[in-house]
Amino acid sequence: MNHPALAEKFNSDYNRTTWHDETLWFVRQKRDRAIYPIPEFQELRQLASQIKDHTLSNLDTYLLEFEKNAQQNGVHVHWAADGDEHNRIVLDIISNAASVKGKTGPVRMVKSKSMLTEECHLNPFLQKNGIEVVDTDLGERIVQFRNEPPSHIVMPAIHLKKEDVGETFHQHLGTPKGEKDPQALTEAARQHLRQKFVEADVALTGVNFAVAETGSFVVCTNEGNADLGVNLAKVHIACMGMEKLIPKIEHLSVFIRLLARSATGQPVTTYTSHFTKPAKGKEMHIVIVDNGRTQQLGRADFRNSLKCIRCGACMNTCPVYRRSGGHSYDFTVPGPIGAILSPNIDLHKYSTLPFASTLCGSCSDVCPVKIDIHVQLYKWRQVVAKENELPLSKKWGMKGLAKMLAMPKVYDLGGKLARGALRVLPHGITHAQSLNPWAKARELPDAPSQSFKEWYSKNQKGKS
Amino acid sequence: MKVALFIPCYVDQFYPKVGINTLQLLEKLGVEVHFPMQQTCCGQPMANSGCEQDSKEVYHHFTDTFADYDYVVTPSGSCTYHVRKHYDIIEQTPAVQKVRKSVYELVDFLENILKVDEIPVDFPHKVGLHLSCHGQRGLRQANASEITGDKNGQILTLLKKLRGIEITQLDRNDECCGFGGSFCISEEAVSARMGQDRIADHLRNGTQVLTGGDMSCLMHLEGIVRRQQAPIKVMHIAEILNGSQP
Repeated sequence: MNHPALAEKFNSDYNRTTWHDETLWFVRQKRDRAIYPIPEFQELRQLASQIKDHTLSNLDTYLLEFEKNAQQNGVHVHWAADGDEHNRIVLDIISNAASVKGKTGPVRMVKSKSMLTEECHLNPFLQKNGIEVVDTDLGERIVQFRNEPPSHIVMPAIHLKKEDVGETFHQHLGTPKGEKDPQALTEAARQHLRQKFVEADVALTGVNFAVAETGSFVVCTNEGNADLGVNLAKVHIACMGMEKLIPKIEHLSVFIRLLARSATGQPVTTYTSHFTKPAKGKEMHIVIVDNGRTQQLGRADFRNSLKCIRCGACMNTCPVYRRSGGHSYDFTVPGPIGAILSPNIDLHKYSTLPFASTLCGSCSDVCPVKIDIHVQLYKWRQVVAKENELPLSKKWGMKGLAKMLAMPKVYDLGGKLARGALRVLPHGITHAQSLNPWAKARELPDAPSQSFKEWYSKNQKGKS
Repeated sequence: MKVALFIPCYVDQFYPKVGINTLQLLEKLGVEVHFPMQQTCCGQPMANSGCEQDSKEVYHHFTDTFADYDYVVTPSGSCTYHVRKHYDIIEQTPAVQKVRKSVYELVDFLENILKVDEIPVDFPHKVGLHLSCHGQRGLRQANASEITGDKNGQILTLLKKLRGIEITQLDRNDECCGFGGSFCISEEAVSARMGQDRIADHLRNGTQVLTGGDMSCLMHLEGIVRRQQAPIKVMHIAEILNGSQP
């Protein structure tokens, strides 16, 4: 995996890059319009950050409190150390559910959006075991049809144009060839999904927030697909990363005010659904997943990345994400937050991601829970170098540069020679694109005959 | 008040006129400026590439060079930010602590230390301001659009004092230019595209002179302007404040 190579490929379509950038910038602007009028917005960010910091520092206690209260509510609580265990637990729940046992014909599951199950690769696992899995979030359904991963955590199909969706629906849902009217396409998806909801044996949802003091949890959607699935199926499985906890129900208001505004510029998601206990005759399960989170919690410099509430604002604001697309990160969570979460999972595989940033800091300023994302990008870079994952040219180039810059005379001479070379070499050599990536789209500055130091020693001598 | 001038390495080598204008501007304002000849670089290029351990000797050289001054003024928000923020990995001797506190970006120094509130310069041009991210979000020299719709900032405040000046209203007031140090090479495609998009914003909104507090961003943007032969003149803020004309 190599972010620069995938980003270059993305950029080879100039107009599509323009469109992608502008589409996400539109969402960022919508977010700005939603937060500017709220005088206490920065205070809310601070509060949210503190609540999450406190929760992470006491995660063991709150997890046990949550488990106890959820069990008292009649909810089954399961613990998964990693993605594989999570997948096996979900399969076991489905296989052992009273309403599924002895059923003839396929077992059907509807899912609302859950990045955790993407992270654990649940869909292919269940399908291999004979379960029909249908993603019911519209964007998720589109990428599921196309056998692609989501390119954004809030808008999974944001990399696709309506023409692309029209073609996909033509192939999978039989809409007329060339149909690209958003309303017609949405209606086709709606009719298709209604059928799936009615037939479903099991509904799986993600969890936006789990409340320790009540043992309840909250799922936020705009499409109502989580509610439709859960209320029709006999079994509800909710999968949550262990960092999704908040201590008290009163804390929820802080996060609910931040989440949708940061994500899409809405004051609140269309549906904010609270789940506490199973309805009569139904089952409710919660699967709490670690999958690397404890390890991240143990990394002092990176632990507060676990504050993330998955709003996607850092993606919308990131000038690199907007011009390289979610798939260029090749990780479940793309963008700046993905670039600080992924090295925890596999430093070697994701070693280019902390460098897919100019360190502009926009992500940290937009983050509703004040994760210092760009600071962590800088720190991951140091880890990448320490673990010997830098390209050799960079590693030795930087060592050489550091030596030179620590020796003024060598620096002065080196600068003079380099400028001299730039002045005499023909433009075709200094700007050869195979040798000098800078020159693909940019001119080098003219090399002056004298440096500032040389000018100073000629003109201002004796002053310092 | 003992003031040293720090000219960043790439400014020293490629933009001596920015150094000269900075020096002249400070002297005009009555500052006695010292220029320690052994200075080189703040060490940022290596550190941002993941090699801050290699940079340590450059940090020591920097703090040794500037330990004796009350203020170290530099025409770069980025280098200032680096010294203040990232020199935490070397031993925090009194000298190191002092240098980290005394390093100032030029415009910050003009406004907050010298309390300059008048710039007797005619500049009858339409000026586009490029906010460098390290100056803006790093040193908080300008408001960030992620936090407020109010676009105030230190450089803008000074620019507005020039006679005859018109400030470009950009579609995206504070989007990064895409330079990013070694990012401009390792992520060439995205870097170039970000720069092209910034220049397009300035062209669309009538910028004649493009300025900013960091020559590194401006070097990258000027590289694109010159490749595209766009009708924009790039000048560092020190040149404009010192009375240079495009």
